[in-house]
Amino acid sequence: MKRMKKILITLLTIALIGALGGCSSNSNSETNTDVTPTTEPTAEATKAPEATTEPTEAAETDGDLSGTISITGSTSVEKILMDMIDEFTALNPDVNINYTGTGSSAGIADTLAGSNDIGASSRELKDEEKVDGLKQVIFAYDGIAVAVNPANTVTDITLEDLVKIYSGEITNWNQVGGSDANIVVVSREGASGTRGAFEELIKLEDAGGLVEDATVLEGNGNVQQSVAGNANAIGYVSFSFIDETVKALTVGGVEPTAENAKAGTYSLSRPFIFASMEATQTPVAKAFLEFAVSEDGQGFVEDHGGIRVD
Amino acid sequence: MKKIAYKDNKISKRSEFPEKLFHGIFLVCALASVLSVIAIILFVFSKGLKPFFGDDAYSFLKFITGMKWDPGNDIYGVFYMIAGSVLATLGAIVLGVPIGLLTAVFIAEIAPKKLVAIIKPAIELLAGIPSVIYGAFGLGVIVPAINKISPTGQGESLLAVICVLTIMILPTIISLSESSIRAVPKSYREASLGLGASKTQTIFKAVIPAARSGILTATVLGIGRAIGETMAVMMIAGNNIGGLPKSIFSKIRPLTTNIAMEMGYASGKHQDMLFATGVILFVFIMVINITLIKLTSRLGSQGSSS
Repeated sequence: MKRMKKILITLLTIALIGALGGCSSNSNSETNTDVTPTTEPTAEATKAPEATTEPTEAAETDGDLSGTISITGSTSVEKILMDMIDEFTALNPDVNINYTGTGSSAGIADTLAGSNDIGASSRELKDEEKVDGLKQVIFAYDGIAVAVNPANTVTDITLEDLVKIYSGEITNWNQVGGSDANIVVVSREGASGTRGAFEELIKLEDAGGLVEDATVLEGNGNVQQSVAGNANAIGYVSFSFIDETVKALTVGGVEPTAENAKAGTYSLSRPFIFASMEATQTPVAKAFLEFAVSEDGQGFVEDHGGIRVD
Repeated sequence: MKKIAYKDNKISKRSEFPEKLFHGIFLVCALASVLSVIAIILFVFSKGLKPFFGDDAYSFLKFITGMKWDPGNDIYGVFYMIAGSVLATLGAIVLGVPIGLLTAVFIAEIAPKKLVAIIKPAIELLAGIPSVIYGAFGLGVIVPAINKISPTGQGESLLAVICVLTIMILPTIISLSESSIRAVPKSYREASLGLGASKTQTIFKAVIPAARSGILTATVLGIGRAIGETMAVMMIAGNNIGGLPKSIFSKIRPLTTNIAMEMGYASGKHQDMLFATGVILFVFIMVINITLIKLTSRLGSQGSSS
C-alpha cells in the first residue's frame, strides 16, 4: 500500500510538473521566437518571465502595434489574406493574427456576435446583416469563373444559358453548342459565399433556384478537381483557383480576366469584404484594415488574381 | 470476530483512505461514458429541437417530409436524405452480409491454416484503414468506373456509396461472424457429421443456425457503421440538394454528410437545423442499438433453451 501511494504521488507530481512546464515553455517560445530566434531554447525559457513583459511595454511607449487579431470567414479570400497577414506580421512583429476559413456567413455572424475582430466575406452583406455599427471595408473584387473540363468543346456561354443550366432547364451540352452529353451541374454547399454571390449574380432565384440534382461540393478546390475529372461537368470557382486543369469559359463573349471584371464588362464579379464592429474595434485591427487597402495590401490582391479596389 | 480484529489493526485503518480513493477513481471512470452520453444527448437535442419551437418555428412535419435542402432560401427538408441513408445502408447490408458470412465460414471451417494466416491479417488491416482513405479510393477507382456505365454522366451515386460501404462493413461482419462460428461447440459438428450429413450440410444446417445470434449482432453493427459513415460517403455521394433517388445511379445526400458538409459554414437557424439532422441520425442509431439488444437477448435465450 505504502509503495503504491509513493508511486501514485510520484506519478501525480510528474504529471503536474509536466503540465505546468509544458504550458510555460510553450507560451515562452511562442512569444519569444519572433524577438530572438537565435538564442538557445533553454536560455530563452529561463529568462522568459521578464522577456514577455518587456516588448509589450516598449511597444506601447514607442507607439508600435501589438496584440492579436482573429479573423474568420470566407475561404475564397484565403490566398490573398494569408499573404497580407504574413506581410503585416513581418512589419509588426508583436502582432499575432489568426485566420480560420469558416465561410462568409459564419464570419459575418461571428462579427455580429462579437466573437472575432474581423469577419471576411466573399459576398455583399445581406439586409439583415447590415446592422448599426457594423463597418465594412471592400478590399478587393473577385471574379467567379465558369469552369468546364478542357475536353469540352464549348468555349463561350451566355448568362441566360448559364441560368438555364443551373436551374435545370438545359440538361444537355448540345443545347449550348457542345456534344450530345448530359450536363453535370456542380455547385457549392449552402452558406458558401461564392455560391451566394454566383446565384445572386446570375439571378438564379428568379429562375426557380438550383436544380435539385446538382452535385454539391465543399470548397473551391473540390469543385475545381471535380470539373477537371469529369468531361461533362460545369462548375464555378473564384478566379484565384483557376489553373490549367480546367477551362474557364468566356461569359457572353467576355474573357474572365481581372481587367474585364474591374471594368464591369465581365458580369460575374463580387466584392471581398472585411466586416468589423466599429465600437469594439481594436487599434491593431483598424491598422490591419487600413493596411489591406494600402498600396502594399492591394499588391497581394493583384498577385492572387484579385482585382484592386482603387 | 476476525472482521473486528482486522478493523482494529492499524495498517488496515491506514489503508482505508486509498481504498476509498480508488473506489472513487473507478466510479468516476465508470461514470465518464454515461455522463458523456447524457451530455451529448442534452446538447444535440436542445440545439436540434430549438428551430421547431418559438415564434419563428419551422414545421417539424415539413422538416421530416421535406424533399429539398436549401438553407439559402430557408428550405430545410430531410426526407430525401433519410431515404438516401437507408437505401445506401440497405444496399451495403444486402451485398456485405452474404460476402462477409461466407468469408467467415471459409476462415473458420474450410480454409487451411496457411491461408487463414494471410486472410485474417488482411481483414484486420481493412478494419484499420481510415475512412477518408476509403473515400479517396472510391473517388479514384469506383467513381470513374461507374462514370463509364452511368446514364447520368457522373460516377458520384448511390451505387458508389453502396460499393464503398460494403467494403467498409466487411471487417466488422467477418470478424464477429467468425468468432461466433468458432464458438459453436465441436459436438454439434460431430453429431451432424455422425448422422451422415456432408460438410456443407453441417455448415449450413447446424453451425450457422447455432451461430445466428452472433451473425445478427454483426449485421446490426454493420448497419450502425454504414449509417454513421461520413467522410468516405461525403466524397462520393454527390450530395444533391433535393429529390428522392430514382435509381442506383442517382446522387444521394446521406444525413451524416449533410451535417459534415455544412456545419463549419453554418450559423444561426441553419446550424440548428443541422443539429436537428443530427437528432434524426441519433434516433436512428438508438433504434438500431435497442434492436440489437432485444435481438441478441431473445436469440440468446432461444439458443440455450433449444
